[in-house]
Amino acid sequence: MEAGSHPVAGATPGARPLGVRRPRRGEEAIRVGLFAAASISVLTTIGILYALLSETIRFFSDVGITHFITDGEWTPTFADPQYGIWPLINGTLLITGIAILVAVPLGIGSAIYLAEYASPRLRRIVKPMLEVLVGVPTVVFGFFALTFVTPLVLQDLLGLGAVTQNALAAGLVVGIMIVPTIASISEDAMAAVPQGLREGAYGLGASPMQVALRVVVPAALSGIVASIVLGLSRGIGETMIVLIAAGLQPNTGLNPLEGFETMTTFIAATGQGDIPTGSTEYKTIFAVGMVLFVMTLLMNMIAIRFVRKYRQVYD
Amino acid sequence: MADVSMAPQASAANPSDVAIQPPPRDRKLRETIFRYGLLVALSAGLVVLAVILYDVIVRQDGFSTLFQTGFFSNNASSVARDSGIYPALVGTLWLMLVCILFIVPIGVATAVYLEEYADRTRWYNRFIELNIQNLAGVPSIIYGILGLAFLVRGPLSLGRVVLAVGLTLGLLVLPVVIIAGREALRAVPPSIREGSMALGATQWQTIWKQVLPAAIPGIATGTILALSRAIGETAPLILIGAAAFATDPATGFLSNFQALPLQIFQWISNAQKEQFAPLAAAAIIVLMAILLAMNAVAIWLRNKYQQRW
Repeated sequence: MEAGSHPVAGATPGARPLGVRRPRRGEEAIRVGLFAAASISVLTTIGILYALLSETIRFFSDVGITHFITDGEWTPTFADPQYGIWPLINGTLLITGIAILVAVPLGIGSAIYLAEYASPRLRRIVKPMLEVLVGVPTVVFGFFALTFVTPLVLQDLLGLGAVTQNALAAGLVVGIMIVPTIASISEDAMAAVPQGLREGAYGLGASPMQVALRVVVPAALSGIVASIVLGLSRGIGETMIVLIAAGLQPNTGLNPLEGFETMTTFIAATGQGDIPTGSTEYKTIFAVGMVLFVMTLLMNMIAIRFVRKYRQVYD
Repeated sequence: MADVSMAPQASAANPSDVAIQPPPRDRKLRETIFRYGLLVALSAGLVVLAVILYDVIVRQDGFSTLFQTGFFSNNASSVARDSGIYPALVGTLWLMLVCILFIVPIGVATAVYLEEYADRTRWYNRFIELNIQNLAGVPSIIYGILGLAFLVRGPLSLGRVVLAVGLTLGLLVLPVVIIAGREALRAVPPSIREGSMALGATQWQTIWKQVLPAAIPGIATGTILALSRAIGETAPLILIGAAAFATDPATGFLSNFQALPLQIFQWISNAQKEQFAPLAAAAIIVLMAILLAMNAVAIWLRNKYQQRW
């Protein structure tokens, strides 16, 4: 009777004793549903890998992997097609190289200024403007490179003999595009450097420049490296600026005033033409995409590793 | 060892040996040059932004072209002065709609799972997290390939329609929503959850009635930023949607379409550059205005509803 007078037990005679949880099937279903949503991102990766791998394997049965890697000519649309990827990699590396030469000093310089010198007020004004720069669509950057940088800056102002679509304009503008990436990740890393390190250095008589260059930058180095690697990866993967500003000329040279084709622009331009599914040309999209994917994936993994390192040290 | 440890004491005995060296005379100059060098680096990006706007608005006649008859109401045409962006605007709105319908439920559900349920000691949860970080860095053209292989052709074979391309763009920006959603959820203090559970709410009731409402401003901000990235993307559109672009406005999820960035690209690459560059510039102004408005809303939301706990 004593137990029976308990309101809960009394309400449901023969119920399980108190302290044993009622199974919550609805809660469990929600949990499974949420997990299913989370696995969509994993399915995306599997889908990318499956699409790239299956067509790339078919491509290699048509063309041969040694030809793809070692041949120096890329002429997939010719009557006697050659599928050596080197010219595309050469173009990609040249343009990314120019971009990184622009973006590293500008990006890290901005980061040092924002982290070490800028007043909170200036930071509040400048950071949203950098966010706007991040939000500028790449097709707009491409338009700028084609209609302003090449004709006005390179040809008229500097008097360089650049053709209309050239690697230099594309590289410079890709560089500007990745400045905010490098600046914001580097600044995060610098902001995570403990104040005590700076104060210690100032206490020993260091100047602001010495503190920035010999204390903060070395202490934030893993984050800075991560930002540069991520910048490289974005440069390698950039399509629109390069397609508009650098053209579609497979080129094994190093003269940045000429036109170049990159991995990304080849993919975009080839997809643009309505090519039949299953043709060798269709498969080239995937083979080149595979190379691009592996390169950017490696860089992203390296960057993630470096970011984790500085978070572990200071957070 | 003894020598080393004795050395400073020995010299300290003679104060003149440890006299603090005055900083080099040009130190002040070097400091100033360094500081201004950094300032130049910081301004470079902003100057370029200003020059881009000048180029588009003034030099390429973008602003005056906005007022060309029928610019907002005409279809694209082979005659530059009859061309308009109406189908491109409609197509971009359709793409946005597909994107929202896809990224909000999936993105928020993923964020909730990772923040509220996932046990980080399990390898598969860590794998999902690492995977999302990696997806955020995959080039957009690769998503184009994914869309081409599975949605446009291949298993689903939807063709170059709003649904296929909108989903491709959705997959592309999904990591942005997830990452922003997780940050918003993390900002809700544990005491809210504990209070709710202590009053007898289940975990899902706690999340649905307490945690998610508190996180809505952060999630909305992230979603708007993700959308603004999606509608500015051009590369995947070129790969999967450019050849058979429509001249008529889209009418539904399975309709052919034109989109603003794609239209810009086609005008830029038109052989009659002199005539079509102003159109491209005007369309860029429209696209940038939409993006800036979305960014402004996102920032306003963030500032207005940001709760301090």
